Amino acid sequence: MADYVVSVGMEVHAELLTQSKMFCRCKVAFGGMPNTRVCPVCIGLPGTLPVPNRAAVEMVLKTALALNCTIAIDSVFHRKNYFYPDLPKGYQVSQYGDTNPIGYDGYLEIPTPEGGTKKIKIRRVHLEEDTGKLMHLPGGGSGVDYNRAGVPLMEIVTEFPPDIESPDDAREYLVQLRSLLVYLGVTDGKMAEGSVRCEPNISIREKGSTQYGTKTELKNLNSFRAVQLGVAFEAKRQAEVLESGGTVRQETRGWNEATESSFLMRTKESEQDYRYFPCPDLIPMHFSEEQIERVRSTIPELPLAKLQRYRADYALSDYDAGLLVADRDWAMFFEEALELGGEAKAICNWMNGDFAKMLNESGQGAMAGGKSHPERKTSLVRPEHLVDLAKLVSDATINGKMAKEIFAEVFDTGKMPSQIVEEKGLRQVTDTGAIASAVAEVLASNGSQVEAYRGGKESLIGFFVGQVMKKTQGRANPQLVQDELKKQLSGD
Amino acid sequence: MITQLTATEINTALRAKKVSVKEVTEAFLKRIENFDEEYGAYLALCPERALAEAEAAQAKIDAGDSGPLVGVPIAHKDNISTQGVETTCASKILQGYVPPYDATVVENCREAGMVLLGKTNLDEFAMGTSGENSALRLTRNPWDTDRVPGGSSAGSAAAVSAELACLATGSDTGGSIRMPASLTGLVGFKPTYGRVSRYGLVAFGSSLDQIGPFAKTVEDCSLFAEAMSGYDRKDSTSLQGSKISSADLKTGSLKGKKIALPRELFTDAIDPGVRESVEIAIDVLTREGVDFHEITLPSINYGVTTYYIIAPAEASSNLAKFDGVRFGSRVESTGHVEGFAATRGKLFGPEVKLRIMVGTYALSAGYYDAYYHRAQQVRGLMAAEFEQAFQEYDCILSPASPVTAFKIGEMVDDPMKLKLLDLCTIPANMGGFPSLSLPSSLAGDLPVGILLTGPVMGDEKLLQTAYNIDRALGRDYRRPPIL
Ligand SMILES: [Zn+2]
Repeated sequence: MADYVVSVGMEVHAELLTQSKMFCRCKVAFGGMPNTRVCPVCIGLPGTLPVPNRAAVEMVLKTALALNCTIAIDSVFHRKNYFYPDLPKGYQVSQYGDTNPIGYDGYLEIPTPEGGTKKIKIRRVHLEEDTGKLMHLPGGGSGVDYNRAGVPLMEIVTEFPPDIESPDDAREYLVQLRSLLVYLGVTDGKMAEGSVRCEPNISIREKGSTQYGTKTELKNLNSFRAVQLGVAFEAKRQAEVLESGGTVRQETRGWNEATESSFLMRTKESEQDYRYFPCPDLIPMHFSEEQIERVRSTIPELPLAKLQRYRADYALSDYDAGLLVADRDWAMFFEEALELGGEAKAICNWMNGDFAKMLNESGQGAMAGGKSHPERKTSLVRPEHLVDLAKLVSDATINGKMAKEIFAEVFDTGKMPSQIVEEKGLRQVTDTGAIASAVAEVLASNGSQVEAYRGGKESLIGFFVGQVMKKTQGRANPQLVQDELKKQLSGD
Repeated sequence: MITQLTATEINTALRAKKVSVKEVTEAFLKRIENFDEEYGAYLALCPERALAEAEAAQAKIDAGDSGPLVGVPIAHKDNISTQGVETTCASKILQGYVPPYDATVVENCREAGMVLLGKTNLDEFAMGTSGENSALRLTRNPWDTDRVPGGSSAGSAAAVSAELACLATGSDTGGSIRMPASLTGLVGFKPTYGRVSRYGLVAFGSSLDQIGPFAKTVEDCSLFAEAMSGYDRKDSTSLQGSKISSADLKTGSLKGKKIALPRELFTDAIDPGVRESVEIAIDVLTREGVDFHEITLPSINYGVTTYYIIAPAEASSNLAKFDGVRFGSRVESTGHVEGFAATRGKLFGPEVKLRIMVGTYALSAGYYDAYYHRAQQVRGLMAAEFEQAFQEYDCILSPASPVTAFKIGEMVDDPMKLKLLDLCTIPANMGGFPSLSLPSSLAGDLPVGILLTGPVMGDEKLLQTAYNIDRALGRDYRRPPIL
């Protein structure tokens, strides 16, 4: 089999987190009864006119700036004309042209496995409106739900020739892009609900060839994993087609999550003519230097920069730092704990360990920026709890095992760890005299094991530690116990 | 008879308590009942709404409201959305469609205390010059019922002319107010693009469409334009500070006014009778001290061609929403696409289909640059040429229509000739300029219109000039020989 390289262009749509739709005042929400969030404008009744949502425009502007784009001087809306029942006006308001989208010629940096970064060039960041949803009715026939019609949609398209050259790249691009969009507060990032939708187009070519192969477009990918698997599957499928003497056809394929394979949706025999032209109902958007600077100043530290800073300043591993920055609220929690005097590595371990696990199991969310979690039940654990707990461990007031138990209680009750320690008298025994006598007692009552240890079975040290801890109800400092054990076992 | 009065006269009579709004409203409803069979002005009447609005208007008058149009019965062109009143655009595809909302102009008129009698006929989707393209009804010219009233706002012109409404709204995309005003002896005004909200007007050529008034006098026209105009946040192309003022209408003078006469609109393309009527007016006005200058505006010759690319292009997109899915009529078929084709194929009239096809072609990938893009460039040149002229002249004067009202059916076999009749009116839509048709002397027994076009936002000055010209021509409103 010849050696093939894969090239992936990414088209990502993100539903913007605005209160109202793109061109009317209907509410933006998920679910609900069909056609309950509609008005004459978004179902396209005759005579209605669009009024652009400024918040949506600024969200796209902010994203374009965060993606290092050039900002269009005058950006106009176009009409993309085609017929489909889910399209209320017979056209979609979108943006066409190379230098017309709100942002163009940008890039996104993604981390590489080698610890470096790679630039993925962005061709365009533009604003358009979503369509409705065609539904097949249970009793036969079909209906259209226009609740989604007119929801502001941002489209982000990568540049050709593509910089994404592997399934891992594709996944990482989407991970980083989604994370960035959530950081910017422009989308909720929920892939399963379709808030972020990704449609990669995939082609392969023989290694060394400069001729790009025919692309296939992949739809229905609603997780990072699906994107990675989908790209890999398509690359392999195309290679097999070529190897068996066939040619790759330009087509749109769907991803079947269950079988982890793609299937043919439709072939693209001829390019559809959308008859784009500037929408005469809308005036061109002009962005002033002041507006651009004002919006730029609202861009927070972005995930990759944060990750690099955590790695450099706190000596966190890529893995640990990656987990912390993946979610903006999570990173904020971490930073708040550090501001309260927490030690980075310890806070990180608590967060990525027990805390994350318990949040996950209980379905709760962590607070951030002093605010409760927007959607889930907010955990009682606040940054100061972790700071307190880590301090109790580092100054040896409690040992690690006790700390885990205390954390579980903090999680349930919201009590400060030091208060729990006081109330329950859980202070770790560090009195060497008390430890020495406990050790002596244990050795005295386990003569045969002592003999075996001295005969070379050193693994018994664990057994002795366990016995001493049992005797002290787990409160003895394990390090001191070990030291004392070794001393007494070798001393006689 | 109360129905013969101007809006100002009716309002005066109402405020003097010589008559009630209910009586005025009923008088018009009665006349419609008796005579609209003859003229075909209306597509729908809303007597209940009219009487309710009459009651509200009466309450305003009784409370001392000094609004100049309170209690005046009016009609809206049937491409303007009216809540609870069927709005068809004179098309089979919209039969049965009752909008759930009022257009902004409809709201504005109601707030000014006007009483809505009903909806008037038009060329289907406002596409036509003669008024003969309605899929639902034939409208006749009150001056001679064998003749066309002019289009597309045919029913509005006929309604006011035949005294079936005191005032009526129209929409003007390439002359659809001014052409029928000219052919029926009325004052018809297309304000500056953006001064009257388009919200609720069923779009034809969105960048050209503008709603405006039909009236018997310039004063009524100005007051009506004032009432319907104003910034509207629901229309993104609406202009700030767009309320038209009538405060200075009756001031100013013609002495020393510089008015341009474009050679391109005084050629053999203009009927001798029309030219004569306009030239008589020019003579009178010259004696009044108007400083006329012949100028040349060569881009006028490209107006009709340019218009018939841009307007259909926009229309082809604007009319895509008529698919039978959400409103109006539909023809059932096997699948979605088949259903669209069946509905649109059966329910759009021939002129609408023609323009959709022309527009679709002009916007298609291979032809966009050669047609739509080029047409927009010509449009830009045309606007620039006119703006240049407005640097030097107060306004431009020409005939409003090259012909007087012609016989119904006379031009059906020559659609190109018919389209060329929009020659004089099209430039104002291209540049968004305010433009008004004012009755001149009759040619034979038929009215002729003088067209005045001014610079953007120069609506008040243009109306003032029209008022003074009307006075100088020394004529009162001339009634047609109606029933
Ligand atoms: Zn809506």
